[in-house]
Amino acid sequence: MPLLNQPVSLSHYLLVGAILFACGIVCMATKRNAIGVLMGVELVLNGAAVNFVAFSAPFLRGDAELALGLDGHLMTLFVIVLAAAEAAVALAIALCYYNTHATIDVDQGDELRG
Amino acid sequence: MINWHTCFFLLFATITCAFAVAVVVSANVVRMAVCLIASLAAVSGLYFLAAADFVAAMQLMIYVGGTLVLLVFGVMLTARGPFVSMKITPANWLMAGLAGGALLILLLCAATSVDAWKTAAVAASAPAAEGGHTVAPIGMALLGIRVDALEQANPALRGGIAGYLLPFEIVSVHLLVVLVGAAHLARARRRRRPAEAVPDASRSA
Repeated sequence: MPLLNQPVSLSHYLLVGAILFACGIVCMATKRNAIGVLMGVELVLNGAAVNFVAFSAPFLRGDAELALGLDGHLMTLFVIVLAAAEAAVALAIALCYYNTHATIDVDQGDELRG
Repeated sequence: MINWHTCFFLLFATITCAFAVAVVVSANVVRMAVCLIASLAAVSGLYFLAAADFVAAMQLMIYVGGTLVLLVFGVMLTARGPFVSMKITPANWLMAGLAGGALLILLLCAATSVDAWKTAAVAASAPAAEGGHTVAPIGMALLGIRVDALEQANPALRGGIAGYLLPFEIVSVHLLVVLVGAAHLARARRRRRPAEAVPDASRSA
């Protein structure tokens, strides 16, 4: 099987990141549950983090001197930490919304519509 | 000869993408949470295969162990009756699918457009020997010392090699503020419901 014999390259990682990103965008657009929208945001952030890690690995690409190295790893760590912070705040907002509106449907929160 | 690096990459990539699609197509929010856990755990496997061992461990500990537990708690606190499964109309699915498909095609074209990205530098199983010891350099970089980039010969480029002490401090203060703010936002408070006004009125009367 020729697919299993060739080494993994940067493009393969970018394909996985692209699929994660597109799934996250569609999830954010189609979910009516506020928690579901949050899950879409997590998918988008993971797609970006996969790209950071892939660009930082020197053995995945032909021009190894252009690899990000440790900078990509550190950026991924900051993305993970900020995603945790974002999830905490957004979940608190969702709970607050649920307590005041008695629903979790994001379409119902339209008091600020002009 | 089978390249086991490629084998495990394909395994983890398939799990990641399949469960990400399952998150999108599932209407039940509890199933979405379970699929998201599986997808993000498989992403940490991809990080291990890219020789980012510390990032992969943090992905497992912070994301799968922390953020998703938080999300599951959110699901448990709000998934009640009609909110477990909320459907949208086929027209909305069509619009979102068109936009997402266009974005996906654009990203796939961009990912396969550069020739240097399609050829791996080392054949066979060399990645295991090349990297995978990033814990100590990352710890030193967070303290402001880049032990991985000491031998930069060009003095013009040496200024761009920065430590990460300041971002580390900013993120730590940011986390503190976020946790205080989240605790303040989600504090227990009486829900205003019209049903509660009736017994209060009868008790006062």
